[in-house]
Order: sequence, then C-alpha cells, then structure tokens
Amino acid sequence: MSSDSGGEYWKANIRLVLGCLVVWFVVSYGCGILLAPALNSIHILGGYPLGFWFAQQGSIYTFVVLIFFYAWRMNQLDKKFGVQED
Amino acid sequence: MSLQLMTYLVVGATFGLYIFIAIKARAATTGEFYVAGKGVHPVLNGMATGADWMSAASFISMAGLIAFKGYDASVFLMGWTGGYCLLAMLLAPYLRKYGKFTVPEFIGDRYYSNVARVVAVICLITASLTYVIGQMKGIGVAFSRFLELPFETGLFVGMAIVFFYAVLGGMKGVTYTQIAQYCVLIFAYTVPAVFISLHLTGTPVPQLGLGAHMGGDPNNLFLLDKLDKTLVDLGFHEYTLQKGNTLNIFLYTLSLMIGTAGLPHVITRFFTVPKVKDARSSVGWSLVFIAILYTTAPAVGAMARLNLMETIHPTTGAEANKFIKYQDTPSWFKNWEGTHLLVWVDKNNDGRIDYAAGDPFKGKPDVLKDESGKDKRGALGQLLVKNELKTNKNELYVDKDIMVLANPEIAKLPNWVIALVAAGGIAAALSTAAGLLLAISSSISHDLLKGIVAPNMSDKAELMAGRIAMAGAICVAGYFGLHPPGFAAQVVALAFGLAASSIFPALMMGIFVKRVNNIGAVLGMLSGLGITLVYIFWFKGWFFIPGTAMAANTPANWFLGIAPEAFGAVGALVNFIVAYVISGITPAPPEHIQHLVEDIRVPGVVRR
Repeated sequence: MSSDSGGEYWKANIRLVLGCLVVWFVVSYGCGILLAPALNSIHILGGYPLGFWFAQQGSIYTFVVLIFFYAWRMNQLDKKFGVQED
Repeated sequence: MSLQLMTYLVVGATFGLYIFIAIKARAATTGEFYVAGKGVHPVLNGMATGADWMSAASFISMAGLIAFKGYDASVFLMGWTGGYCLLAMLLAPYLRKYGKFTVPEFIGDRYYSNVARVVAVICLITASLTYVIGQMKGIGVAFSRFLELPFETGLFVGMAIVFFYAVLGGMKGVTYTQIAQYCVLIFAYTVPAVFISLHLTGTPVPQLGLGAHMGGDPNNLFLLDKLDKTLVDLGFHEYTLQKGNTLNIFLYTLSLMIGTAGLPHVITRFFTVPKVKDARSSVGWSLVFIAILYTTAPAVGAMARLNLMETIHPTTGAEANKFIKYQDTPSWFKNWEGTHLLVWVDKNNDGRIDYAAGDPFKGKPDVLKDESGKDKRGALGQLLVKNELKTNKNELYVDKDIMVLANPEIAKLPNWVIALVAAGGIAAALSTAAGLLLAISSSISHDLLKGIVAPNMSDKAELMAGRIAMAGAICVAGYFGLHPPGFAAQVVALAFGLAASSIFPALMMGIFVKRVNNIGAVLGMLSGLGITLVYIFWFKGWFFIPGTAMAANTPANWFLGIAPEAFGAVGALVNFIVAYVISGITPAPPEHIQHLVEDIRVPGVVRR
C-alpha cells in the first residue's frame, strides 16, 4: 500500500464518519431535543408525539442502523483500497 | 410452590449455570485472561457487552426514573445508547487494530509517556471502583428483598460467585458467563413488559403498546394522551413534554454519550474479537442487545406510572375520580410497604391516599420501630415515619425502583415471573461487577506491574498477578459494598465525568490527530479532568465529604443551568482544546509514533 492511497482511504473514512455523525446528531440532539417541541404536534405509530418518539425510541433504532451501515461501508472501503486484513 | 422456594430454585439454577461455565472457560495465558484470546464471535461479544453495560441501575432503576421524569429521562435513553455510535466509528476498530490488552496501555504507548499511562490508570480505577460499589450494593439488595437473606449474606454469596469465575477465567470466563447473564436478564425484563403491554393495550410488543390506544380500542384515548391527562389533572407535569432546561438536557445527553464511549470496561470488550472488521460489527450487535432493553424501558416506565395512577386515583368504578382509601389498596401495595419503598402519611386525616407533585416529606423514609425492632403501624395499619413533613398536599412516597420490582405483582403475573425478575436483577449486577473488576485488575497487573514496575515479568507470573489483583479488587469492592462511603450515590456523575473528560478525548485524539504529543495529551487530560471534578465537588462537596459543598446543588446555582452530571462534555471540550493548543507549540511526536498512528488507521498491514 502506498502512502498516497492510505491518504485517500483515510479521507474516505473521515467523510463516512462525518456523514454518519450528522445523522447521529440530527436524530438525537435535533429531533429528540432541539426540535422535539415542534415535532410533538405530529403523531406516528398511533399515539406517539414525534419528538417524544425520537427521544425515547427512534434515535435508538437509528443508532443501531447507523453502526451497521458504517460497518458495511467501511468493509467496502477496506476492499476498494486493498487495506483489509489478510 | 411458594414464591420463596421458586425464587431460590430460579436464582440457584442461574448460579449453577455460571459456575458450570466458569469451570469450562478457564484462562491459561495472559492473552486469555485479559482479552479472551481474541477469539470471541462478534455477535456473542455483543451479548456479553450488553450484560457488561446494563447494570443493576439499568435493570432496576431506569424504568422507574423514566416513569417519574417522563420526557426528561430521555437523556439516559439517548445518552447510554448514542455513545455506541462514537465507540463504533471513533474508537473500537482502531484500538482493536492496535491489538494490546488494556486502555491505559494504548494511551501510554501512543503518548510515549508513563505519566499519561498512570493518569489513565488512576481515572480507570476511580471510575470503575465507584461504579462497582453500586453493583455490590445491588446484589445485596436483590438478595435481601427477594430471598429475605441478610444484606451481608447476599453480598458474600455474590462476591464468591464473581470470585469463582473472574479469578479462574479472567476475560474468557467473564465473557461466557456474561452471555448467559444477558439471556437471563433480558428474558426477565421483557416477559413482564409484554404482559403489561397486553393487559393495558392488547399489544404484545411494548414498543408498539406505548403508542397504542388504551385497551386496543380506537374509541379510547391513546395511552400516552391518557397518561398526560391523568397527570395534569392531579397537578403533575405532562409526561411527554420537556420540563428541564434545554442546554442542560443537551449537555447531559452529550456527557453520557462521551462517557459511555470512554468507559474502559466497555472499550476492552472490543479487544476480544478476532478482527478489526468484527470490532465494527460487534459494537452494532452490542447496541442491538442493549436496545432491546432500552426501547422496552420507556414502555415499562409509562405503563407502570399509569397503573400506579389508576390504583391511587381510579378513573372508573364506584370510587372514580377520588383518591383510594388506604384499606382498599391492593395486596402489592401492602407487600411493598413492608420494604419501605412505598410510604403513605395521612396529612389531612381522611384515610385516603392523596397523591400530588412534590415529595411528601424530607429525605428517604425513616420508619418508626417498636421495641422488638418491627415496624410500628398506625391506626389503619400504615407505616409511621419520623421524617419532617413538607407542606404540600402529597401524601405518598414511591421509590423509583418499585416500578420494575413490583411490576409483575401489579400486573398479577405468576410467581415464576417474580422469581425471574430476582434472577435478572442479580445477573445484571453480577455481570457489570465482573467486567469492572476485570478492568481494574488488568490495569493493576498489566499497566502498573508489568508495564512500569517489573517489565521483565514472565507471562506466568503476570497471570498470577492478574488473579491476585482480581481477588484483591473483589475484596475491596465487597468492603465498600458493606461500608458504602457517602459518595456511593454520586457514582454516575463521577464515573461518566471521568471517562468523558479524560479517557475519551485522549483516545480519540490519539487516533485522529497525529500532531498531539505527550505534553499536550497529559495537560489536556489533567485540565479536562480537573475542571470536571471541581465542578462536581463544588456542588456535591470536596471528595463528596458532606458539608463541604461551595454552593447548594440546585438549578439556580448551576453555571448556565448545567447540572454537575452534565458537565463531562464541557470537561471533554476543555481537554480537546488544551491538548491541541499545547501540542501545536511543543515538538511533534517522534517518527515511530506517527507510524504507529498510520498503522492503527488501516485494518491490514501497512508496508513501507
């Protein structure tokens, strides 16, 4: 592996992590806290006020999906840049 | 079969299982003792992490906290799960690539400094030890409440069990028992939740039941709307709406997330999987297993609160819209009065349980006893307390722990479910205690002894040192469990504050910012830690010594309304800034350290 492709791999990794952290921030601090009062006028899955749902349910589901998405994309990046283990 | 016998059988069976696993999974090398030989399947490691993470507090107290705080308790739900995203993307895969045994070891190597390593060890031991005291207490409480054994006996039995599998098996033994403990605790948590959800909403999935109509009938109110209405009618705050200050809620969540990602006993769990790839997915699996409990807890909290409100102030029947008469309370109410977790004081002498916002009296109930040591009872058979009454209308003291503990009885579930809840609570406490004790003992034997005092120690001697350190840690934890220092209750603030303000930033910068050097990292850790500790001590007393607080611990005194528990995020920010600025004006790290950082950034081997 040349140091150049290592740089590209690292940049792609940082882009992916930043993208995931934006989603992480939006569902918890955004929808679950800062926007929660506004979102509460919308109801989903029956009687859940949306802001309350994000704070106590939705953010957690999103976190789970986000980690698996990250792991899947990273494995792809590892292969693309030829830096996977063995 | 009596409940007592049933509980003994269920708890005894789980203990038998743990001991059986301990004998099967003995550790023969330091690699097995510290990181289970790096051979744990990522899904199984996820389960073990779930049990490691979910403590007696998660199992017993969290749903009650949600029940009484409503929306504001979301800080715990988001904070204790969102940290796993940080762990997966910022720490776990890289630390696994580094491939050593402990968290302080990475900090010491990356910052080429024994000072950094010792600071990390001190943070780790302080955070883990304060945390483990709570678990030891949890084990004693679970025993005394469910098996009616003395607190001390329960504690000793718990210590003996942990001793057996942790000393013998190290990380290997702990991992496989944690997997079994996860199964016990999640089953014990979800079964009562499913029944309660069915009972209230006709939906067996608690996560859906929380959003459903009462009784599953579209003509009825939604459960959450009904709960809001019931609470507001009695003068409480709406369940689904925010009560606290937004900045505090924001920072509290952030502090818990950063702290979660920085807790060494959790990070070390990802050293046990075979590959970097596995470390990434294993964090995902951990969160799956944690999320099963964490998404059920809001349903348990809300439904238990509604059940409580309906019992105290029914909305249907002959006594509708009146407070219940004390003599009409159901049997679970009287049973749990016996544990002093429920206390009624008849302020207006009407024989009814008036329930309103605020505490009925100051502090925890101090129950009057007669000469033979039995609880004294009032004219109606209620408990009597010495506490100074508050002037509000509320007459009911409810301990938050009751929401999970009494749930099976409130929902009229069979005895085996109650026995299961006992086994689940003990499993949650044991598994977390073992993980913490392992983190403590490996930092002593590996970081202090092998790393600094005696680098030439053989593998065999180090393994023995690890076992002795573990035995010592169990005894210290047991001692503090029996004689809890005054600060035991403050443990959450301290452990998360330490992890958030010192360990997390040091690890993250070690991976992502090549330029950070030894001086920057050490000063960063010390300043982040310092400001966080000072802020906590300012409001809770220096070293938690009662009476030494500089200001009363009330929102009006807090800096910008930030609670001491929420200050870890500020400490972390200070750590990042100090480390970055100081590193910029001092020499760059040597070349081999820069290569080390390049190496851990890629999963495979770097060829130069």
